[in-house]
Amino acid sequence: MSALLEVNALSKRFGGVQAVADLNFTVGQGEILALIGPNGAGKSTVFNLINGVFAPDSGRIVFEGREITGKPTYEIAHRGIARAHQIVQPLAGLSVLDNCLVGACYGRDNLSMAAGRKVVREVAELVGLEDRLEMPAGQLTTAGKKRLELARALCGRPHLLLLDEVLAGLNPTEIERMIEVIRAIRARGVSILIIEHVMRAIMSLSDRVVALNLGRNLAEGSPQQVVNHPAVIEAYLGDPKLMAMSEAAPS
Amino acid sequence: MTVSTDIGRNDLDGKSLGEKNLGEKIPAFDIAAPRRVFPALIVLFGVLFALVPYWGDDVGLRESFLLAAVYITLATNLNVMIGYAGYINFGNIVFFGLGGYVCVDLVTRWHWPLVAAGPMAGVAVSLLALVFGSGILRLRGAFFALATIGVNEAVRQFVANFEPWGGATGIYLSFDAYEPLGGPMAALWTVYFLLVGVMVLSLLLSYAIKTSKFGLGLLAIGQNEDAAGVLGVRTPRHKALAYSASAFFPAVAGGLFFFKSGIIEPNGAFDLTLSIEAIVMIMLGGYGTVTGPLLGAFLYEELRGYLLTSPTVSQLQLVIAGALLLAMVLFAPGGLVGFIHQRWPRSRIILQ
Amino acid sequence: MIGVLASVIDGVLVGAVYGLAAMGLTLIWGVMRVINLTHGAMIVLGMFIAYYLSKVAGLSPYEGIPIVVVVAFAAGVGIYWIAVDRVIGRPILMSLLATFACNMILIGIGTALWTTSPYNIPVSLPGISWQGYTFTGTHMMAAAFAGLIAGLLYLFLNHARYGKAIRAVASNREAAELSGIPTKQVLAVTFGLGVALACAAGALIATLFPFTVLSGSNYQLKSFVVTVLGGLGNPAGALLGGIALGLVEGLATPFMPVSWTPIIEFALFVIVLVAFPRGIFALSRG
Repeated sequence: MSALLEVNALSKRFGGVQAVADLNFTVGQGEILALIGPNGAGKSTVFNLINGVFAPDSGRIVFEGREITGKPTYEIAHRGIARAHQIVQPLAGLSVLDNCLVGACYGRDNLSMAAGRKVVREVAELVGLEDRLEMPAGQLTTAGKKRLELARALCGRPHLLLLDEVLAGLNPTEIERMIEVIRAIRARGVSILIIEHVMRAIMSLSDRVVALNLGRNLAEGSPQQVVNHPAVIEAYLGDPKLMAMSEAAPS
Repeated sequence: MTVSTDIGRNDLDGKSLGEKNLGEKIPAFDIAAPRRVFPALIVLFGVLFALVPYWGDDVGLRESFLLAAVYITLATNLNVMIGYAGYINFGNIVFFGLGGYVCVDLVTRWHWPLVAAGPMAGVAVSLLALVFGSGILRLRGAFFALATIGVNEAVRQFVANFEPWGGATGIYLSFDAYEPLGGPMAALWTVYFLLVGVMVLSLLLSYAIKTSKFGLGLLAIGQNEDAAGVLGVRTPRHKALAYSASAFFPAVAGGLFFFKSGIIEPNGAFDLTLSIEAIVMIMLGGYGTVTGPLLGAFLYEELRGYLLTSPTVSQLQLVIAGALLLAMVLFAPGGLVGFIHQRWPRSRIILQ
Repeated sequence: MIGVLASVIDGVLVGAVYGLAAMGLTLIWGVMRVINLTHGAMIVLGMFIAYYLSKVAGLSPYEGIPIVVVVAFAAGVGIYWIAVDRVIGRPILMSLLATFACNMILIGIGTALWTTSPYNIPVSLPGISWQGYTFTGTHMMAAAFAGLIAGLLYLFLNHARYGKAIRAVASNREAAELSGIPTKQVLAVTFGLGVALACAAGALIATLFPFTVLSGSNYQLKSFVVTVLGGLGNPAGALLGGIALGLVEGLATPFMPVSWTPIIEFALFVIVLVAFPRGIFALSRG
């Protein structure tokens, strides 16, 4: 399986804090890779570096064989990487449909409005927003806004989807629903890089897991391997999520 | 690589204009599928606008309508930046003034016919705007706004010192400039019709942008520029194109207006007060819509005409405009059209 | 050479006052993310208050500064409650327009009251002569006051309880609210403070140069340049930036006609913003 995304020796410093240090990992074609780590481990920064919000201080990011290090956000979107943010950013004054339409028309395929609308309706059904297309995005519930983040990203027909804590703040039913949606997305051939704290989801969704701490690689492997890795357990020590982890992972 | 600064974004709470202003579940902007009805209405409006003074041969009415047409043109094009892209162009009058100068210069010095000089002024100013815009559009929020004032002032200073354009005294048009159009009387009517045409084209352009993919990108930028970028909107290029496009018709209007006025000089051409009044008109009528600036310009012109009749009040023109703007921003940010949309949701289809 | 040096020193002294004005602007931005477009009008207000205090009550502007500060603070709080409070959470377009509208109203009233004629406050202070050049007493006094007020602000923000509350609101408004700080009140007070600083600077500028109702826009532009030089939300940077701007002006004045200064400052403003989005002085803090 050829690597879809390669991150090599990535580093980024903010003022006095080394957010990411010499990070390496790859995402394979059709894979769901989870990035885990305690708070402050640098996970969101990694996403910011991949999708062009910041440029790294050093290191390379290669997507589909072409270098994307330091390119602006819109360029990354055109290459086929889309992102659903942890802190939702709906275009509040526009309708749900128009939000998604932006994603569709300006994403990888540069669609016309008419073609874009078709994609939007399709994606809205997949994600469960089809009944709210005319609603102003600012008026959605939190769960709705999270779905919109996902839908909007998906409308760009990306090859790689960056999901940043899309399950946060959802109740168990909504989480289950979302997990199904994510599986359905992967089934359509989209590779997924996911940051999550809901361990149950990580265990059931991801093919591989990369654990970070303090911006550095900590461990890598199957979900079982990583979750039982001594260094990972130590990094999470004292972290309430550790309990969740050890409960989720059959030894 | 630009770090996302906080300048352009609203980050104290996620609420947007759409949410606070429109209690019902209506998006603040509606990118309806293009309908033929609305453009037809615009054209009809323009035809009536042109013919009403003509049928009555009413010169006073014509002058009043001419001014209205200028205001509507300015407000409508400015709305592309303010209402769609969310960038306040305080110094928008620079397009009008510069267009005026280019056109008048072409007619007086180079003996171009008006019908060529006008569009040429538009082209020249748009190109300049593209260049300048690319620079100052890197600034966000208030900094962009102030930079536009700076551009206006800098251009005014430059022109006031530019001898080929008459320096501080400006350029006068002699009567024979109007001969090709059949003499001064006929010329005034011709210019009027041309200006109405420019106004109609501005309205159509505004509608075309709003319902196009380009406009969708602009509106996204206006809602959240960073998010728009992540979704793939090429924000620098989009903004520069919008800025440039919003310069074209004001420049042509300026060319026509000053040609008709017979004189152009730096202070009158780059009058910041008119620039600001255009903003008030947009907020009054409803920003982000096509009809908003139209209604706002009409209302404001009526109000202004009414106020100017009283000598004391005319001193306070700026105060009243300011108070009006403040009231709109605080209590009715959607303007008149926003209010109508809220009250009668079906009006959104006709009143774009 | 001495002439240029004298001009530079002069510029630095005046620059301290620019810095003071800019501190007001940057404080308001730092705490509530609002760009106060009434800033110029407030500077003018300070000038006129000082003028009337001098004319009517015979107070020197320096003696009048406490009064200016108090009046300005009240005005600032008033403006906050009338115009700014409602637009705090909204898109930045709205707060820009709201403060701009206030500016229009104030300048309009000012023009009606005072027309656009120049005013002047005659202040004479002994200067220091050196090598044939005199460093005017007014410049030195103005710089001294600017420094004093800036110092007081620093002490307030860093050591007074309320000052710390202001900094808490600036850094995270929700958290501050949750820990019991009355954030709306803090915002109003901060706005009042920011305006007071602008007015105080205006009063000091009035001792240096003649002024009109319309002078505000010129100094507002300078404040903006200084703010971007020093980095938004950074009062110390604002003071340094003011001195830097004064230095640039001091260097330029011997060689250039005065009417060019606003254009140069505007160009500087755009260049700095485009090249150093977080301010030149912010760079050194990493």
